[in-house]
Amino acid sequence: MSKHVKTLIQGNIKATAMTTACKECQTSCQSACKTSCTVGNQVCQNSK
Amino acid sequence: MHIFTFQDMTLVLDTSSGSLLEVDELAGKIISLLPQHTVEAIRETLASGYGQTELDEALAEVFKLVEEGNLNGGLPSEPVLEIEVPQVKALCLHVAHDCNLRCKYCFAGTGDFGGGRTLMDEATGKAAIDFLLRSSGTRKHLEVDFFGGEPLLNFDLVKSLTAYGEEQASKFSKIIRFTLTTNGTLLGEDETRYLNDKKMALVLSLDGRPDVNDRMRPFDGNVGSYTPVKEALLRFVQARSGQNYYIRGTFTAHNLDFSEDVKHMYELGFREISVEPVVGGAGETYTLTTDHLDTLRAEYDKLASFYLERQQAGEPFNFFHFNMATYDGPCFGKRVSGCGAGFDYVAVTPDGEIYPCHQFVGNPRFIMGDVFTGIRDNTLSHEFRQANLYKKPECMACWAKFFCSGGCHANALHTSGTLLKPDQLSCELQKKRVECALGITAAKLRSGR
Repeated sequence: MSKHVKTLIQGNIKATAMTTACKECQTSCQSACKTSCTVGNQVCQNSK
Repeated sequence: MHIFTFQDMTLVLDTSSGSLLEVDELAGKIISLLPQHTVEAIRETLASGYGQTELDEALAEVFKLVEEGNLNGGLPSEPVLEIEVPQVKALCLHVAHDCNLRCKYCFAGTGDFGGGRTLMDEATGKAAIDFLLRSSGTRKHLEVDFFGGEPLLNFDLVKSLTAYGEEQASKFSKIIRFTLTTNGTLLGEDETRYLNDKKMALVLSLDGRPDVNDRMRPFDGNVGSYTPVKEALLRFVQARSGQNYYIRGTFTAHNLDFSEDVKHMYELGFREISVEPVVGGAGETYTLTTDHLDTLRAEYDKLASFYLERQQAGEPFNFFHFNMATYDGPCFGKRVSGCGAGFDYVAVTPDGEIYPCHQFVGNPRFIMGDVFTGIRDNTLSHEFRQANLYKKPECMACWAKFFCSGGCHANALHTSGTLLKPDQLSCELQKKRVECALGITAAKLRSGR
């Protein structure tokens, strides 16, 4: 049991770096003139 | 790595893996020393302040994460871009270059994008759907956002293109998700019934408190729009049982206390809210500048506290930028390529011209082709596609890069003259929003709700 460091979220960036993006997820417009869909807000279509 | 505090927590975001850690004071100090120091040097630096056993434990925990690749590792290599021909999967369909509001910050010249006030005709709209289907290659999930101007000024076309799109998509075994962005002034009974029957996702514009909204979002003749819009949006959202919408506001230098506007809209009964910093308008009294940054950061903190308090009280409430997809977020390729303007996503004008996105509409240099004959050459598409995260030096030095993907191309071009240098003010606000979103996630995990 860790006393000093707690992993809250295990990131998926490295794990998905070897695959090609399927581009099936929702488009993420980053312009604030619409609603800037920060990619961090996007959900992977394959995880739905 | 990025070490930051949220409320009483010290958090570490590991940039290259995307992992989020909560650390105590000692582990935080070790991690801050990691990039430039060996384990021996760290031990020596901290030995005077901590007992040996405690220091050994903390070092072991931190270096275990390093060995597992979850802390202080190298970045993945830039992905290889294999497909040269754009595979368009999303259209911003400008069915109306006209609007019945005269919003003072409108990037679209109050609806006409610097051209004439026009509506798209059915032949052009159908050609746009055909263009999307034949350009989408192997992609199955496609998107059409009815946009303007005010798209409900051309409601009959919205209906006919939705029917046509559904029919054509099924022939090609594809799925088109339709969305619509509206100022809400024309949401009558017919429109509400139709949009709800179709389960169309809507972005509904309202800026917050009455005086804030009416200052920037008047009708022609400077008549405020707050009262009729608020009533229409409440009726509309109630009719769809609070599902599948966002109330979307803009804040400017006139309402730096924008958290009050979010609270106001929450108190009206809206539970899905997004507010965005105004873009453009250099030199206007409403323009945001870096002088406003400290105030705006403090507002995001206030908003984060309010958001967390409501969520932990069991109240449904989504503030778009705090709703971070932490476990099932996008893959690395998506995080590097960002919005896909010019190759995954394009805008189509009422005349059928294709632009990389809605922000470029009206600038002839960015016309890529038209929906009747397609994209004329791939030069612009290639330029936008190449402008990924790994080509932007400021982004590669930034801890938040995999959460913002390098920001908005148009914003970069307008402020820096190049796609490769993001707008600094947008970056700073983005980083603050990411910190808040990660902090909220951490707080919810700790409290179990």
